[in-house]
Parts: sequence; structure tokens; C-alpha cells
Amino acid sequence: MLAIKSGKTVSALEESYLQMVWRRFKRHRLALISLIFLIFISLLSLAAPLITQYSYDQSDPEHSMEAPSKLHWLGTDRIGRDLYSRLIWGSRISLSVGLVAAAVSVIVGTLIGAAAGYFGGVVDDILMRFTEMVMSFPVIFLLLTIIAIIDRSVVNVMLVIGLTSWPGLARLVRGQFLALREMDYVEAARALGAKNSRIVFRHMLLNCMAPIIVNATLRVGGAILAESSLSFLGLGITDPPSWGTILNSGRHYMRFAPWITIAPGVMIFLTVLAFNYVGDGLRDALDPHLKR
Amino acid sequence: MGKYLIRRLLQMIIVLIGISIISFAIMQLAPGDPIDLLSDRNATPAEKAHIRSLYGLDKPLPVQYYNWISQVLKGNFGNSYVTGKPVLAMIMERLPATLMLNFWAMVIIYALAIPIGMVSALRQYSWFDHIVTSVAFLGKALPQFWFALMLIYTVGLRVDYIQISGMSTYGVNWASASFWQVLSDRLSYMILPLIVLAFSGMAGITRYMRASMLDVVHQDYIRTARAKGLSEKKIVTNHALRNALLPIVTLIGFELPILFSGSVVIETIFSWPGVGLLAVNSIFQRDYMVVMAFNMLGAVMTVLGMFMADLLYLVVDPRIKLE
Repeated sequence: MLAIKSGKTVSALEESYLQMVWRRFKRHRLALISLIFLIFISLLSLAAPLITQYSYDQSDPEHSMEAPSKLHWLGTDRIGRDLYSRLIWGSRISLSVGLVAAAVSVIVGTLIGAAAGYFGGVVDDILMRFTEMVMSFPVIFLLLTIIAIIDRSVVNVMLVIGLTSWPGLARLVRGQFLALREMDYVEAARALGAKNSRIVFRHMLLNCMAPIIVNATLRVGGAILAESSLSFLGLGITDPPSWGTILNSGRHYMRFAPWITIAPGVMIFLTVLAFNYVGDGLRDALDPHLKR
Repeated sequence: MGKYLIRRLLQMIIVLIGISIISFAIMQLAPGDPIDLLSDRNATPAEKAHIRSLYGLDKPLPVQYYNWISQVLKGNFGNSYVTGKPVLAMIMERLPATLMLNFWAMVIIYALAIPIGMVSALRQYSWFDHIVTSVAFLGKALPQFWFALMLIYTVGLRVDYIQISGMSTYGVNWASASFWQVLSDRLSYMILPLIVLAFSGMAGITRYMRASMLDVVHQDYIRTARAKGLSEKKIVTNHALRNALLPIVTLIGFELPILFSGSVVIETIFSWPGVGLLAVNSIFQRDYMVVMAFNMLGAVMTVLGMFMADLLYLVVDPRIKLE
């Protein structure tokens, strides 16, 4: 029916695919709630200057470690900084580190996996051995080591987390490519004289987008956790503080001011959980073989 | 099979060489001149140059790598910049604490995760299965360090018996106290770290066991067993469970690095005097010899563990034939 509106055949088809995905996604209650939660958190972080009364580093020693009150919704920390403001500003850091690190990881992992699976042979051997090398290091500690050595900036933290977390995806994409390589339509494209890059990007990559998208979503949660672990161990982002850094700052005052530790932990937990549920929902929604 | 083993062994050696090169390269990136750490603050340039040549730091990088790796192969990871002691000895000193904690954590994880995963699969989509699946999901998103801190806050600071820092009370040892006193003392320190490690480790194993069991119960031989009238109990224990456990056995290979390098985060929170805490402290003291030894040993353990997992798979599952 849509196809009749001339000239829009292809986009109409694509739209109906997305509509189908959305329809299936909505059926996963927790995934839908999680998505709404993530949108809400993102809006809060964007609106940070509008919805916070204090700045994230404005200290007030007179009101140090005060319990949550009307004046300070989530209480104050050791030097009297407003925790609510710090959390909202911190969400900018934690979310953007999660998103950018995941993007880096997905791009590197996809390219390496695709190249290994498509070319096979020596290229595959070299790339897979390299993948195994990176995969073997104790992740959190390798992150700590590199961050301790290089300049501890937001960009570096994003890059290091991204560049150490791609091996899983690379192996997944490689496996998909090994299977896709034997498909008739790839053979057909090759017979028609398509270039390698066109076959890889237009034909094969599009056909394994589903697992890549799911993996990317889960990866965001993983990156947020990785950053918070770094911060917790004392090598995180401090200005503005990430959630992990705020959490770490309350660690030694738990007896007197547990709220400094509780609130950022809840934020990390809920956000990571939400990304995982969205990933789970996407897995069900994107898989055309799964009939529900 | 022999051909496969040789190929796999060669691959492993290549990966190990690569790991050593990456380790060496990261160490070179470290800021500051190790000479400043090694020599007296008032050392003259001539003295510094002498120390430099003493440690072979004036040679070109490939030569330094060669010298370093040939020592490493002999088990010599160099001396700590801070304590001056051999790095390997420092690590070995801390190893028993890490081994003990992670061994018991592993025992608890498998003892709980295998039956839970099994029941979850046998009663797929029951309320039990739903709860297990949800808790596993929560476990994956729960930051380990935060969970540990919340346990310290809710239990550790309120219950007198439970200790939150260290691994034993000074003076309470096998020589001076009775068996039960020592046991109770050690347990009071271990209980919280064990809960955290077990909870975060269980999510994965339970899911794995559930998937493995689900896979098995849909096989033909289970249908045959059922068709010939075996009791459900016999089918589960004699046929399903034994086959479902095969992939679990291979996981032991992946536990190797966890056993030995432990958890950096958990050891830091509970001041558990293991290898992980040593490694973190070394980072803050810029003791890069220890840091790199830890990174490299961790990676080597992982590679050996993966190799072990592959071998175990061949041994326990005769269906797998390799050309």
C-alpha cells in the first residue's frame, strides 16, 4: 500500500522494518521502561545548568556532610558540596564516557572482526592472535596501568576503555562474516564485480547489524561500569566528577554520611541495568527468526 | 588431533610473545626516569650514568627487551623500585591470601550455580526460573565495589563478629589458638568478600549451566530415555546432568587467572593482603616493575587457562573430533 506512493518504495519498506522492530521492542516491558529511564536521565544531564541550584564544585564547609534536606535534596559531601548537583553534572561525564567508549570499542571491534572474517588466511591469523593478546590482560588493571601512565583526561579515559574492550565483538563479527562469506548474495555481488569495500560495507555488514547493535548497547553499560571502577580505585575523572568519583569520595565517611556513597551507586546500577535491558529488548526485536 | 595440538601450541606461543612485547611497550611509556627512583636525589650525572649502564638502560630498546625477556623466562622479573626485593618474591608472598579467597569463592559459586542453573532449566519459565534470570540480570549490572560498600554499611559496621579489613587478627594463629577459634577468626574476615565475589561470579555460571541444561534436555537421547520409561530422576541425574556438565568443566580453565590474580577491586575494599592489593599499591607508588609483572602474569594465566579449556573440552567430550 505504501509502495504505491511512487518513488518511495525503498524507504517505505525500511520504515516498516523499523516499525516492526519498534512494535516488538515495546512488548518487552522492562526494556521499554529502561529506554524511558535512559531518555529521562539524558535530558536531566543536558539540562544540568537549569535544574541545579549549586555548581558541582561549590563547597560550603559550614554545611559539611549534611543529611538530605529541602535545601540539599541528596545531602552534602565532606566539604559541603551539594550532592544532587554533583550527581546531575556527573551524569554528563558518566553517560558520555559510556557512549563514546562503546562507540570506539564497536568501531574497532567491527573493523577488525570484519577484516579477519572476510579476508581469512594470514590476515585472519594475525588479527585473531592480536585480539587474543589484548583479551588476555586483566582488564581493570590494564586500564589502571595505562591511565596511571598517561594524562588522565576525559578523552583518554574514553579511548583507553574503548581500546581495551573490543575483542569480544571482534570475535563475534568475525564469526558472522565467516558464515556470511559463503552466502549466495555475496557470491553474486562478487560475480557482478563489486569491490571488496562495497561487499563488506553494503552487503555483509548490513546483514550482521543486529548483533552489533545489541552488543553496542550492552557495551555502554560495561563502559560505565569500567569508568566507575577506575574512579573508585582513585584514577577517575574529577572535574566535573563522574559518578564513580563521587562514590569514591564518600567511601571513608560511610558511617557518618552514607548518602554520599548510596546515591551515585544507585545511579550507576540503574543506568547500567537499563542499558542491559534495552540491549535485551533489542536482541528480541531485531532477530527476525524469533517469533513472539 | 596431534596436528591440532601443535597448531594450538604455536598460536599460544605467538600470543605469549605478543603479550610480552605489549607489556614491555607499556612499561616504556611510563613517565619519569627510573634512574631518578633508583639513584640518590643528590647523585651526580656521572653516578646516574653509571647506574643507567648497571641496569642496562643505556642500550637500544630491542636489546633491553631481549635482556628483560631472557631474565623473565628464568623467572626473574627484576627488583622492585620501592622495596628493592625481587618482584616475583613479592608476588609469591601475597599469593596464598589471594588463592585462599578465590578458591573458596569458586567453590561457593559452582556449588550454588550448578544446581540453581539446572533447576532453572528443568522448570523453564516457572517463577523460580524468572527469579533466577532477573537476579542474574541485576548481578551483571551491580557495581561490585558498591555492593561491597553497601554490605560493609548494612552488615559490616553493625555486626561485631564481621570484620571488614584484613584477613586475620594479629596473634590468632594455629599455634596459639584452638582450631575452631582460628577458623572462626578467618571466617569473620572472609565472609563479606566471599559474598561479593560469589554473587558477582554466580550470574554468569548460572546462566551458562541453564543454557547447557536446556540444550541437553532437548536432545534425542533424553527423549529415548523417557520413551523407554526411565524415571524422571534417573533421566536427569544419569543422562541430562552428566552431559550438561561437560561445558561447565571447561570453564575451570577460565578460572585460572581469577584464582591467581584475584580481584583488584575486592582486595582494595577489604584491604585483603593479596596480589591484587599489591598491584594497586604498586601503581600508586609508581613501582612499574611490579605493575608490569602483574599485568604480564595475569595475561599469561589467561592464555594458559584458555589452552587448558580447549584441552579439557577434547578430553571430556569424545564427540569432538578434529581433523
